[in-house]
Amino acid sequence: MSGIAPTAPAAPGNLERPRPIKAVPVRHWGRWVSAAILLFLAVALGWSLAHNPNVHWATIGEFLFKPLTLRGVVVTLEMTVIAMVIGVVGGTIIAVMRLSDNRVLSTVAWIYIWLFRGVPLLVQIILWGFLGALYPTLFVGIPFVGVVFAHGSTSSLIGAFTAAILALGLNEVAYAAELVRAGIISVDEGQSEAAYSIGMSSGLTMRRVVLPQAMRVIIPPMGNETITMLKMTSLVSVISGQDLLTTLQKVYAQNFQVIPLLIVASLWYLALTTVLTVGQHYLEKRFGRGFGQADSGTAERRALRRETRSA
Amino acid sequence: MPDQAMVRAEQVWKSFGRLDVLKGIDFVVQPQQTVVLLGPSGGGKSTILRCINHLEKIDAGRLWVDGELMGYRQRGDVLHEMKTKDVARQRSKIGMVFQRFNLFPHRTALENVMEAPAYVKHVPRAEAERDAVALLGQVGLGEKLDSYPAQLSGGQQQRVAIARALALRPKVMLFDEPTSALDPELVGEVLDVMRQLARDGMTMIVVTHEIGFAREVADGVALIDGGVVVESGPPNEVLVDPKQERTKLFLSKVLA
Repeated sequence: MSGIAPTAPAAPGNLERPRPIKAVPVRHWGRWVSAAILLFLAVALGWSLAHNPNVHWATIGEFLFKPLTLRGVVVTLEMTVIAMVIGVVGGTIIAVMRLSDNRVLSTVAWIYIWLFRGVPLLVQIILWGFLGALYPTLFVGIPFVGVVFAHGSTSSLIGAFTAAILALGLNEVAYAAELVRAGIISVDEGQSEAAYSIGMSSGLTMRRVVLPQAMRVIIPPMGNETITMLKMTSLVSVISGQDLLTTLQKVYAQNFQVIPLLIVASLWYLALTTVLTVGQHYLEKRFGRGFGQADSGTAERRALRRETRSA
Repeated sequence: MPDQAMVRAEQVWKSFGRLDVLKGIDFVVQPQQTVVLLGPSGGGKSTILRCINHLEKIDAGRLWVDGELMGYRQRGDVLHEMKTKDVARQRSKIGMVFQRFNLFPHRTALENVMEAPAYVKHVPRAEAERDAVALLGQVGLGEKLDSYPAQLSGGQQQRVAIARALALRPKVMLFDEPTSALDPELVGEVLDVMRQLARDGMTMIVVTHEIGFAREVADGVALIDGGVVVESGPPNEVLVDPKQERTKLFLSKVLA
């Protein structure tokens, strides 16, 4: 008996579709059991928290939307956003410098990353916060010849908020630079070559061709950085910043409601993280253009726009 | 040595590390000619194209395109390297089509073609768009303006790439194995576009394994192997009655 016997092709017109398969699906009993056990444990934990007198739900309710708490939330958000803007913009510049053919630029970038990644963030925050101890006055002018356009005392020029932003932002630049560099390297060499072949300069190639594609790779870890930054802002308590955690720490230092106030802080950090996660999702969609599933509406919209413009 | 030739190479040498890839290449391509470079992989064909538009720096010899020395300015006997801005200007006169298409995946077909006119030449947007629509129509893709490269077949992508390379009205077009990455049934549509370009008088240098295309379209054929031009001449001589053993051997394998 031969293995492969050609069957007669079905006569045209006799191509009736066979009945679709109806089968009993595999039952995953283990999943049902484990889900039931986990659900029970979750309910038990929730019940024990709800009925634990040490949690002080009333205190949580009282402080959750207090102006004091909300001010802390705003400061934390401001610090996160400003530090991340400094980080992303500066990080992109340092990353491009690091990959440059210009040895001066790449060395400067390397030293920057080495220094700001190597010194603990807490030390950097304290150094910026107590810059006045190092340089009591700051001036704008020409050094060594005594020409001074403006000067002032360091402590009045750089307050706790500015010091916090500088420390968090400049530290983030070093980490963001490495993320952006990874993104740039991930873009195929052929993309730059194609750009050069149509007469694009290296700067234009970076801006129009390489970076937009690198963004796809950069955004997920950068979202991670942002969420980390949100919580790192609490380190500025060492220079008495006004962020959320520091504010609430000051409160429980007085009323000893440590657990309830930490829960208040955690609820806010969770809420902010959720918002950031949603934002990240939309950014990923925006920079995934041309890669994932086609957005069927886009093509028609573009064609319509072109027609209305040329009409 | 400015002259009438569109592309002139004299004793071009190129090495990667200690490997000599080109060992003294000489050739001339006249305006409106189509020259096909044949030869085994690793023989140096693609490197020649990449040297012509200065994606690779040559180690010795001279290369002129449209009477201009590529990548250098000669003052007396001294060569001065050009600034990247000037190299970019020279490249804009040379279109290049790659084996792997290298379309910009985050931009639509139309945006790919508009990119160079709009952002390199600063042509007004409406005008750049009109020209790009016309070019895409010319390569038979008038219906695919708003498709992203990932939504197009290989043959369609390569035709967009040809339209993109034509957008700056180049004086010469370089094709680096334009059909080697395509499914067999899609090769024809790309060759058709190239055939039409040649008929319209474009100067073209084509690296390909399509002997049929060379026989039909080329004004000149060169066999490149081991970094040298083994044999060159009109297609009905080189392809039909080659003088060199190396050429005979290559053709017998390709045509088998």
